[in-house]
Amino acid sequence: MTREQKRKIQGFIALSLSTISAFVGLFWLVFILGDVLFHGVKALSLSLFINDPAAAGTPGGGLRNAFIGQLMITFGAALIGVPIGVLGGTFLAEYARGTVIARIIGVLSDIMVSVPSIVIGTFVYAILVRPLGHFSGWSGSVALAIILIPVVLRTTEDMLSLVPWELREAAFALGASYYKVIIHVVYRGAATGILTGILLSISRVAGETAPLLFTSFNNSFFSMDMSHPISSLTVTIFQYAMGPYENWHAQAWAASLVVTGFILVLTILGRLLIKWRYK
Amino acid sequence: MAITSKKNLGDIAFSSLTAFAASTVIFFVIGILFVLFKESSLAREKFGIIQFLTSTDWNPVKESFGALTSIYGTCATTALSLIMAVPIALGIAIFVTEISPNFLKAPIGIAIELLAAIPSIIYGMWGLFTLSPIMRNYIEPYLQKAAGGIPIVGMLFHGTPMGIDILTASIILSIMIIPFAASIARDAFNLTPAVVKESAYALGATKWEVVKNIVIPYSKLGVFGGILFSLGRAIGETMAVAFVLGNNHRTFTSLFASAATITVTLANEFTEADGDVYLSSLFYLALVLFAISFIFLAIAKFFLVREEGKHSQ
Repeated sequence: MTREQKRKIQGFIALSLSTISAFVGLFWLVFILGDVLFHGVKALSLSLFINDPAAAGTPGGGLRNAFIGQLMITFGAALIGVPIGVLGGTFLAEYARGTVIARIIGVLSDIMVSVPSIVIGTFVYAILVRPLGHFSGWSGSVALAIILIPVVLRTTEDMLSLVPWELREAAFALGASYYKVIIHVVYRGAATGILTGILLSISRVAGETAPLLFTSFNNSFFSMDMSHPISSLTVTIFQYAMGPYENWHAQAWAASLVVTGFILVLTILGRLLIKWRYK
Repeated sequence: MAITSKKNLGDIAFSSLTAFAASTVIFFVIGILFVLFKESSLAREKFGIIQFLTSTDWNPVKESFGALTSIYGTCATTALSLIMAVPIALGIAIFVTEISPNFLKAPIGIAIELLAAIPSIIYGMWGLFTLSPIMRNYIEPYLQKAAGGIPIVGMLFHGTPMGIDILTASIILSIMIIPFAASIARDAFNLTPAVVKESAYALGATKWEVVKNIVIPYSKLGVFGGILFSLGRAIGETMAVAFVLGNNHRTFTSLFASAATITVTLANEFTEADGDVYLSSLFYLALVLFAISFIFLAIAKFFLVREEGKHSQ
């Protein structure tokens, strides 16, 4: 075998392996999504959305409490986290642009995004749940907001940096003060980008389970009181999947399908928005 | 580019508001460290650092706690999942940047992103109901038959295959971290200047030789950062492994052993801890977890920032 042939064969083997690995990645995605779809659709029904859970072990019932609870906790997290994240990103991209403090906060945010979410659960338990004496929906929202803030902050910073500096100079030349320039010119120019960041951050926290285990806990009854334990889809999935009953498992699959669908739609919507705006 | 125009009241108010919002991130990091440190004081006084980290005893009844079994489980699952995920992630990155025809690049990119967006609890449930039976009935008995007789290696495949074990948990973890490692590696590969690659092609290099000798050496900081970043994520992953690990505090040599990781211990025992020392020990575990993952993520970030800096010069 000549040297050239050997090199060609080597190259062929290596490139085939990497092609195979790309399809291994695709295979897992199709396998997992297909499995969730297959089991989830079978258990999906109207009563899942309009009924509360039946007594353990008896058939029927639904997860209305968990759907409402999940929406309230996630909405609460967005309510707390989005303003802080957007304002924080504004500071990094505008007032502190290029400074050391902006870099430090940026790096810390990137780390915070990936810090184990269960640690954030224990943190919120220590500062909110124990002093108040009971689990509550709000503490769940706070835990999710702590994960959400760095995500929104970073995307806002990136999106504001994309607004051309000349645009701000034009507004300065007209005599506008900086905060008016930010609100009327910069935010307007980056609105789609910021909205995308918010959507993606919500999709990031909507599937979180670990931080809710010790904060919003769970509640098998319908409740809209955020100052008390409240049910969430993800914690319910955990409880039902680990439980012994067949119909719990089926409902857990259905809930998984709804959560996954919601998050994937948000993710794809965010990507499309970015493509459409920054093409 | 600092703004030197004269400050008015609105600007002062708005800039302090944004500065306060940005500083919450610093507050969270310091706050988490401080609170976990304070809450774990009871356990720190009772067990000390060395004893806590090296004791395999986890006994709520006798109120004697050591973190080694949990740390051991975390290390085992993380290492195994990296071994399985990194080659595949690099393969995906090479495929997307060098081999794939243009019309396939976008779909595979989206597929990787979707894989990263699926919540970890879905991975966990899929692992429990779908992967675990497959492992128990087909893959693990096969592995045992094929490799169980070999000395030393056979120890890895010792015991009854239950499907609820280290191996299953590591496979799920590896599927979860593939997208993170792959997308960071892809971005790093893309930074290689086309001119450098083209000169290698002009000298007669094959595609694989360009990847091996030009692209990978050129982007090694970024790839290494990506791997460390995935490691940081794997250490902190909770729900994906909580279903299929069994929360069993012990050390083991077999891949078919049920075990506990730091995260799984926290998820299963935190709300049930009845004694003060018990709860304090769990806070201590959380502190250890936070410190380990923070250090790995910080090192990863350091490499990624250096890589970016290299290219922006």
